[in-house]
Amino acid sequence: MHELAVTESLLEIALRHAQAQKSRRITGLYLVLGQWSSIVDDSVQFYWDIISDGTIAKGATLHFRRVPVVLTCQDCGKEYQPASEDFACPQCGGTNAKVKTGEEFHLEAIDVDE
Amino acid sequence: MPQRIPVVEKILSANDRLALENQSRLDAARVFAINMMASPGAGKTSLIERTIKGLEGRLRLGMINGDIATSFDADRAQAAGATAIQINTGGDCHLDAVMVQSALSQLDLGALDLVVIENVGNLVCPADFKLGTHKSVLVASIPEGDDKPYKYPGMYRGVNAVVINKIDLLPYVPFRMDFFKKGIEVLNPGVTQIEVSCRTGEGLPGWLTWLEGQVKEFKKIHGK
Repeated sequence: MHELAVTESLLEIALRHAQAQKSRRITGLYLVLGQWSSIVDDSVQFYWDIISDGTIAKGATLHFRRVPVVLTCQDCGKEYQPASEDFACPQCGGTNAKVKTGEEFHLEAIDVDE
Repeated sequence: MPQRIPVVEKILSANDRLALENQSRLDAARVFAINMMASPGAGKTSLIERTIKGLEGRLRLGMINGDIATSFDADRAQAAGATAIQINTGGDCHLDAVMVQSALSQLDLGALDLVVIENVGNLVCPADFKLGTHKSVLVASIPEGDDKPYKYPGMYRGVNAVVINKIDLLPYVPFRMDFFKKGIEVLNPGVTQIEVSCRTGEGLPGWLTWLEGQVKEFKKIHGK
């Protein structure tokens, strides 16, 4: 639902890094999104096509890398992917977990043409 | 020559930076701020009304209300005795640091101890946008159902307290409190959970004590 704001931010970061390298064109963006970072790929792509128009990033390909949620049980050390109906540890039943991955929300790299 | 440039920057870093500025401004004025989030109808505004009345004469409270349209909530807060600023997001599903920055400018921070920011009713987007508040509170409610932590993990992950409202309805709706709390516990171990009913007043002293304790601790850190 907030993909427009996210996409605008994405464009701002990409342009800033490309300009710092004096690049002429941005051809690709590599996004890393955890499964728990409520972002819809199609929606970002939709806004991207509109707002990148007229910039050096026009037509750049968006590469999405989704990272699954992995929890680490603090009681028994088991790493597991939470079930949708119950987040407790499948090994010991504990609820004392730490999120290992799944909350990523960053731009990892961009491809540019010199 | 094509080339790959490493970036590794959080996508909402611009908002995060501005949120930090908001927080510095609040710190300098020694004003504690909370970001109150919830789904529509969970009882944010009712809790705020109860809070304003409950803290009357003890803490000076200012309100920032975010809504897509109308000023109903700011009107209710004002009627209850607080200074209230309304932000109409014009369709945006969340408040962001820019909106809060302009709202803070409209408040006389020198005359306040506490600012409560009522976010747009939504369990998804507000979780990603920092505002510069010191703590975040989620208001959940019994009629929403006991599966919400499982469906909206991002929201339950990031908050400092969960207020469970409308407990007077427990006898009338199927709601497994243990299942609900188990979800919260995994997502946010040890988070403060306070059960209340804004209708009957049950549990509200616990909420007010928590909030006042937070303000006191903050004031201690930020000196006279």
